[in-house]
Amino acid sequence: MTARTTAQADIYAGGFADPAVASAHAFRAALDVMARPGTWRSLTGAQAPTGLSEAAATLLLTLCDPDTGVYLARDIDSAALRGWLTFHTGAPLVPAAEADFAIGGWDALMPLDQFRIGSSEYPDRSATLVVEIPAQSAPNVTLTGPGIKDSARLHLPDIAALQRNAMLYPLGVDLFFTTGAQVAALPRSSQITAEG
Amino acid sequence: MSEYNFAYLDEQTKRMIRRAILKGLAIPGYQVPFASREMPMPYGWGTGGVQVSAAALTPDDTLKVIDQGADDTTNAVSIRKFFQRTAGVATTEETEQASIIQTRHRIPEATLREDQILVYQVPIPEPLRFLEPRETETRKMHSLEEYGLMHVKLYEDISQHGQIATSYAYPVKVEGRYVMDPSPIPKFDNPKLEMAAIQLFGAGREQRIYAVPPYTQVVSLDFEDYPFEPTKADHACDLCAAADSYLDEVIMDDAGGRMFVCSDTDYCRSRRAAGHVGRLGTEAPLSTGPEAA
Repeated sequence: MTARTTAQADIYAGGFADPAVASAHAFRAALDVMARPGTWRSLTGAQAPTGLSEAAATLLLTLCDPDTGVYLARDIDSAALRGWLTFHTGAPLVPAAEADFAIGGWDALMPLDQFRIGSSEYPDRSATLVVEIPAQSAPNVTLTGPGIKDSARLHLPDIAALQRNAMLYPLGVDLFFTTGAQVAALPRSSQITAEG
Repeated sequence: MSEYNFAYLDEQTKRMIRRAILKGLAIPGYQVPFASREMPMPYGWGTGGVQVSAAALTPDDTLKVIDQGADDTTNAVSIRKFFQRTAGVATTEETEQASIIQTRHRIPEATLREDQILVYQVPIPEPLRFLEPRETETRKMHSLEEYGLMHVKLYEDISQHGQIATSYAYPVKVEGRYVMDPSPIPKFDNPKLEMAAIQLFGAGREQRIYAVPPYTQVVSLDFEDYPFEPTKADHACDLCAAADSYLDEVIMDDAGGRMFVCSDTDYCRSRRAAGHVGRLGTEAPLSTGPEAA
């Protein structure tokens, strides 16, 4: 009984202290990284009960609501996280193929082609992936394209799969990478060159 | 301010707009449909730009609003006051000081920085709309990258006028893919579309949002033998003597008297403050607003 009460308290805790202002600041971080692929920004304000970084939790509270289907990959899926997401955002939990936002570790999210990539007339109707990574690793690719002055560098978990995603342009999925309180993004528009 | 949610719009509306902005940035030049809200101002007064600004503003921002380059016209003043009241943000008329600049029909003369955001008010976001009225068809044309009609339009300009006569809302191709309407900015401003700042475009009545990330390739459409040419009135500013800024022509009397002044009032003010004097300018420093010469 006590354990259950604690779990429920976890579900209700961890939201934005001041939703309008906290989500405005969080959105600006998301806007900035999506406009400048490969750049890291700090993203804080929300705490999920378990297994989710502060950056990913903040991103979900900033962008998800009853209009967006969310897919939780198996590695982060838990009753506590489902309860937390439902209480704070009201977002319906959906299968990968219907998701507007998909969240989890890279391996658990795969295969990449199960997510919506939009249609040629509506390329915006595609999934956004929030990929939890253990840490910021040494860059293994060079990025060029919109938002990048000369070139940018980033570590990608699967270079070939993401190069295939970029080749679908203007279709494809867009990705955020989150670890701790840090976020970076990789829109479909970035050209990816493997280093070394 | 406490009567309103921060920046006027409710949170769910802001989330919807924010999601559209992010998709817009990921697909530069593509028009993302969004559920535009009624705003407490008429269509044509920048309801799209206002909604984008409302979704992007934080309390730490400093907002500048210009209308045809001027900070002191009715449209600019009323939007600035709207956000002062509903978001409590600081406002400025100085381009340098602003973190978000909402604009109608101009890009500021001063070079924008990486930490700035430029929000355009857009009347008709579809560059092909006057050539093809059906949305179903223009959507298909964008999806197939079928932009021949636009080149025919520019060609007809040349055959009728001897040059490309389109002087504002001059179509551009973004990152080699989407043809985009840069909003009715003069074509003089087109080269500035490749900039360090983030550019967001909002069309309220037409319910579209689109974006151009920093350093994105933006090419004005043209022909090899009729290359794109940014044009301006062949004068210097009569108040600040700037030869490089876009000018407004002002009729002075009914005997043909006229003067040319910078359309960007802040640029003109800062140049006069730095001691530049034009043909009709005075030495006296100005603290507020443009003077009547």
